Amino acid sequence: MRIRTAGVVAVLGLALAASGCGDSGSDDKPAAGESAKATGGKLVIWADDKRTAALKPFAEEFGKENGVTVEVQAVSKDLQTNFVTASQQGSGPDVVVGAHDWIGNLVQNGAIDPVQLPAEQKSGFNETAIKAVTFNGQLYGVPYATENVALIRNTELAPEAPKTIEDLVATGKKLKAEKKASEILCLQSGQNGDAYHIYPLYTSGGGYLFGTTANGDYDPKDLGVGKPESIAAFQKIAKLGEKGEGALKRSITGENSIATFTGKKCAFLVSGPWAVADAKKANISYDISPVPGFAGGQEAQPFVGVQAFYVAAKGKNKALAQEFVTNYVTKPELAVALYKAEPRPPALTAAFDQVKGEDPDLAKFSEAGKNGQVLPAIPAMAAIWDPFGKAEAAIIGGADPAKTITAAGKTIQGQIK
Amino acid sequence: MSAPLSGPGSAPQAPGREPARPGLPRTSRTARQHAPITATGLVVKVVLLGLVAGIAIWAAFPLIEAEHWIGLGILVATTAGLFYLYLSRRHIPAKYLVPGTLFLIAFQVFPVLYTASTAFTNFGDGHRGSKDDAIVAVQTSSVKQVPGSTEYNLTIATKGDPASGPLVFLLSDPKTKDVFAGDADGLRKLDAADVEVSSLSGKITAADGYTLLNIGQASSRSDAVTALIVPTDEGAIRSNGLTRAYEGKAIRAYDAGCDCVKDSETGKTWTADEESGSFVAADGERLAQGWKVDVGLKNFSTVLTDPNISGPFFGTLAWNFAFAIGSTGLTFLLGMAIALALHSPRMRGTNFYRVLLILPYAMPSFAMLLIWRDMFNTDFGLLNNLFGLDVDWFGGNWSARIAVLLVQLWLGYPYMFLVATGALQAIPRELTEATSVDGASPWQSFRSVTLPLLLVALSPLLIASFAYNFNNVNAILFTTEGGPFAPDNPTNGATDLLITYTYRLAFGAQGAEFGLAATVSIFIFAIVATVSAISFRRTRKQEEVYS
Repeated sequence: MRIRTAGVVAVLGLALAASGCGDSGSDDKPAAGESAKATGGKLVIWADDKRTAALKPFAEEFGKENGVTVEVQAVSKDLQTNFVTASQQGSGPDVVVGAHDWIGNLVQNGAIDPVQLPAEQKSGFNETAIKAVTFNGQLYGVPYATENVALIRNTELAPEAPKTIEDLVATGKKLKAEKKASEILCLQSGQNGDAYHIYPLYTSGGGYLFGTTANGDYDPKDLGVGKPESIAAFQKIAKLGEKGEGALKRSITGENSIATFTGKKCAFLVSGPWAVADAKKANISYDISPVPGFAGGQEAQPFVGVQAFYVAAKGKNKALAQEFVTNYVTKPELAVALYKAEPRPPALTAAFDQVKGEDPDLAKFSEAGKNGQVLPAIPAMAAIWDPFGKAEAAIIGGADPAKTITAAGKTIQGQIK
Repeated sequence: MSAPLSGPGSAPQAPGREPARPGLPRTSRTARQHAPITATGLVVKVVLLGLVAGIAIWAAFPLIEAEHWIGLGILVATTAGLFYLYLSRRHIPAKYLVPGTLFLIAFQVFPVLYTASTAFTNFGDGHRGSKDDAIVAVQTSSVKQVPGSTEYNLTIATKGDPASGPLVFLLSDPKTKDVFAGDADGLRKLDAADVEVSSLSGKITAADGYTLLNIGQASSRSDAVTALIVPTDEGAIRSNGLTRAYEGKAIRAYDAGCDCVKDSETGKTWTADEESGSFVAADGERLAQGWKVDVGLKNFSTVLTDPNISGPFFGTLAWNFAFAIGSTGLTFLLGMAIALALHSPRMRGTNFYRVLLILPYAMPSFAMLLIWRDMFNTDFGLLNNLFGLDVDWFGGNWSARIAVLLVQLWLGYPYMFLVATGALQAIPRELTEATSVDGASPWQSFRSVTLPLLLVALSPLLIASFAYNFNNVNAILFTTEGGPFAPDNPTNGATDLLITYTYRLAFGAQGAEFGLAATVSIFIFAIVATVSAISFRRTRKQEEVYS
């Protein structure tokens, strides 16, 4: 008996030792392998699926040129949240790629560092793009692409670009009466609204989201939602709604708006560069023009969003990350490759000029966004989306504009700290 | 989906047939000691304990690295305890109970405690890390280039070994072509004759007495490069990547004396407020970067007193109960009705019907929810088009509620059908035959024999399904998203469950507020736990009656 027990203990001791050694061994191995492969450090980049594929060859080239290891990792869902959480844990990447309206939240969580770009490099970028990545007077990212919505129309059904929204509605109604289309306008709203797509009409009606401070930044203290201007704007929008012209409908959602357009059921679509691929696939003859405003109203200004590269504040290899972001991302070739992965206008003027010739749509989108407003990056913007969209949906459905938008303004005000 | 993933005791058991206790004679101590040790048993034991040891060692390194001594203590104690337990021949019951208990602690007790502890903090966006983290973030994000200062070309060098020697910045001014060496002591001008400057990049390519680091070498010492700050009169020269340097200055600095952040440009100060975990100026302005602090019962008082939260609370709670009871009840009724129909001996082709009926259960519920959402679309939806209706399903309060319950019914009845079929087969046919001999109508026989026996077996499943549906986020978020919303209240919709409502409150405003979310989930936990406890108690009474 005693011998058996001792045997058990001995074998266990061996198992323990083996598993312990095996473990520490596997811990050491990758480190050793790396140092054999490249003497330099390691750069980890996080991006979404599409961009990861486009970035990979360039990242590898950067790694080869400099004798460092570069890993591009795809984070297909909730990149921003995952990045903030991982940064806090110390397991985040060195560089992250994302939209510029993340900046407010990333800065308040101490997740990204400002980027120092020399003046001559800065001047190579589209001015709006630089403005978008500037927050509290600091440059926080290196932009590579801009995006905004425009009016895409089926030229078979509507050969002329409408000058005003009233023109558009008249054409749409005529097509509907002739049974050539079933909808007047495909502008996505859904049951809970869509602040991003309605914004051009909102600005044309005179509404605004935030006032600006002396230095041009958005001022969260001056909230435009719930102000008389916003009520006036939504009164005009209400006239296009379900109880009015029927041009704006809650049944048109983000899922069906592009499909309805490509199915030739509506002649006009308000959407961004991402919709063009579908239109091409469906063999629709289309043209792109700025979203028209109300007759006699102000200019319709779409939101301009910017995609950018950020240096993580808690990255393990900050120096290399800065090197990559400031010296490598600013190369036009990379911007062109990213454009090819997903056709959004490059922020780098040189790259934009290069692809402009091959793709006339690009210039048209860029023209439509020329007078656009930079999507606010301040953290207060997060409080806008949901209440604003719901107010929009309620008003399109026939609710009283003044009452609805005042309530939305109150909710938003209550959520802004 | 009403199917709980881990419903208690999913195998239906015939009532009144408790597992027999064959009253074995109590094994004597000696008998147990002589129990044979089989080779398989020994191998399994060794492998499992070896795994425990391996996992413990794997977990120990990060704990030691983070100097988390309490965690390490717990780890060592648990591992030692496990070894003692399974190497000794005593404590037989504990050998069976301990693994389950450990998993219970790791996957149930610990998350609950963690959630509870989070509820007492302001943890959320802008308040994630420590105060030191916030100070570092404030300072680094305020570093600005000194106006009119030079942008240098940078080469990283050392006088010692490239892998460990102290670093020096070799800087060249692209305009004046002056060359400098800089380290923590300051900037020194170098003799132009001692260095070689590349005409192409403007960088120093060789310097007497220095070993130059290439980018690969420099990048492996990234922390040291970032940490090296060369003081100058105006500010300090910092590296910007590995090939450039600039003269920058942190505009905002933390002063431990006044526990505040000072802005050297505007002279404004923000004093640390430990109550809210942020730096606050005299005029009430807060710096965005805050830190995590304990806020005591503040989140609880917010939930109870904030009219935005407590106002619609009871209405939402009532619908939440209606939704959970409705989802469970309707699916149970339909599932049971079909099961009864297919249970009838007169029914032909039951297997074919069974396969058909299981289909909705076999499809991924996420996709099905999205498809149902589109089918309810007013203009393009299948439902309105098929029946020639013009119902704005998700636009009206009651139509939206009915729509959600319909979707739940479709998704959930196959599960109830399955378990009811199983339970029915376990009810002996003699019982119903006996009732018919006694002259009972089929309804009477169902009412007083079949249903009670079914309920004894299915009650725990119904309770589990209720608890699951009470917090069924997907069913709402993927269909109505809580809507429709009253025009004057965008925070609370007609089909909102407490959990979706909480989700909007905690994550809808300025970023995530985990503290508040944890607090509301504690309230929800209390509600569900109470309901389940009451139901289980009643079930037990039922069992006593029928067994």
